[in-house]
Amino acid sequence: MTSVIVSSPYVSQSKSLRRLMINVIIGLIPGTLAYAWFFGPSIMINIAIAVLFALGFEAVILWLRKKSIKPHLNDYSAVVTGWLFALCLPSHSVWWLIVVGIGFAMIAGKHLYGGLGFNPFNPAMVGYVVLLISFPKEMTSWHLPIPMSGETYGLVDSLKFVLGIGDSTWDAFTAATPLDHVKTALRQDIPISEIFQAPLFGKLGGIGWEWISAGWLIGGLWLLINKTIRWHIPVALLGSLGSIAWVFYLIDAETATSPLFHWLSGGAMLGAFFIATDPVSAATTNNGRIYYGILIGLLVYLIRNWGGYPDGVAFAVLLANMCVPLIDYYTQPKVYGAK
Amino acid sequence: MNKEITQNGLWTNNVALVQLLGLCPLLAVTNNTINGIGLGVATMVTLILSNTLVSLIRGFIRSEVRLPVFVLIIACVVTVIELLMKAFFFDLFLVLGIFIPLIVTNCAIIGRAEGFASRNPVGASALDGFMMGLGFLGVLALLGAMREIIGSGTLLANADLMFGKPAKALTITFNEDYSGFLLAILPPGAFFGLAILIAAKNAMGVRAKDRDTLIDPTLNT
Repeated sequence: MTSVIVSSPYVSQSKSLRRLMINVIIGLIPGTLAYAWFFGPSIMINIAIAVLFALGFEAVILWLRKKSIKPHLNDYSAVVTGWLFALCLPSHSVWWLIVVGIGFAMIAGKHLYGGLGFNPFNPAMVGYVVLLISFPKEMTSWHLPIPMSGETYGLVDSLKFVLGIGDSTWDAFTAATPLDHVKTALRQDIPISEIFQAPLFGKLGGIGWEWISAGWLIGGLWLLINKTIRWHIPVALLGSLGSIAWVFYLIDAETATSPLFHWLSGGAMLGAFFIATDPVSAATTNNGRIYYGILIGLLVYLIRNWGGYPDGVAFAVLLANMCVPLIDYYTQPKVYGAK
Repeated sequence: MNKEITQNGLWTNNVALVQLLGLCPLLAVTNNTINGIGLGVATMVTLILSNTLVSLIRGFIRSEVRLPVFVLIIACVVTVIELLMKAFFFDLFLVLGIFIPLIVTNCAIIGRAEGFASRNPVGASALDGFMMGLGFLGVLALLGAMREIIGSGTLLANADLMFGKPAKALTITFNEDYSGFLLAILPPGAFFGLAILIAAKNAMGVRAKDRDTLIDPTLNT
């Protein structure tokens, strides 16, 4: 009997970049399906356009930089960027909006810094923030979720809307998002109990939004279980956001919304599991990841309550990205044996 | 000598693209072409006058007090220009506001006074001021035009502020329905625009160097 002699290392590491990215895409599916259920198929069109142009821009820039195109496109990082970017946009967005945003994300957010692995900021968030401050009107026209508008937003009509050739009767269905609604109402001194009487709200968060957030949570937990991401950032982020929300909720439940509402509204869940955990732009030490997550959570709460925008996940992530070199510098683990 | 001064001011030692001086007003007012040209002309005139005056008195000033004296001269010149603008271009002055008096603090001006005018004859100093100012003006106008076209889809809007009523016809509108790309007009647009201009200039420099290397056979061996 002969046995094959294998040299070390005996534990194989099967995770390639491509595998990680495919895991992230799989993790995005439950939330995306919930999104499509509540806001109609146009989100699928948004994702398709964003991914297509993300790949296109990536290929063009790789060609300009005289790099090999195929291996870089095959690692699916551009697909993830495009997908995440599309999820941030309003459910019905015009095509040029998507193209401008993803173009900025890929060119200025990623490749000007040297491509994948060198970008200090999350490219999808760069693209989103550029659109948010450049096109306030387009970026705030969210449509009502299907259970409320009664409109089914068919695939053909959605396509027409995205291409900008349909009639604009759907404008009647645009409305404030739950976070926006709460913010405006609180500024008019309306108590929370009264705000939540509005048809926009379900049991825990906005109608539709609570289920979409649950979808991100399920996908995020799956990523945690198969070790695509580590627990530090999501737990620290949701923990700090929840704790500060809880403190204010305890002080006065009529002027501050519950921690559950903060977790299940806007981009908190998506940000915690999919955006803040971007391995390139996040902190790289375990302690650093915790500080990084706490910082984002606090910033999200600050921006949501006292900032100029209804949601602050994108700004919070970019601001925390800026702090990453500092966080990493002060949280280097001690070398084994050092005092 | 004159050719060298011209080349230095306009290209090889451009105040905005190479020396990176005076960036505060450059970034702040270039959200349209006319603002850029307005501040550019004001800065250029200041440079010419301050360079000339500094060069004229360069023999009488003890070096210990030269910097306060230069600043005084520059402040006088800027005050004169500010008063002139208030008299003849009041609307433009209102738009540019604080950035006209702030020309005093533009490092490019004291830089040229100290670095060139205090050690060169009057003619050369005046020419240097003119060319440095022209280079600065060019970048201001170009950056202003870029940001205006992308940001609001027009060119030379408010031209009447500078050239009087009939100049209203100069304004070019590319697309009536253009909703505007706000980022270009907001401060980040200034940083992006200037960075693109500097990158383009450096790229041209690299290309020119490559070409010279290819042509010159002695360098290839």
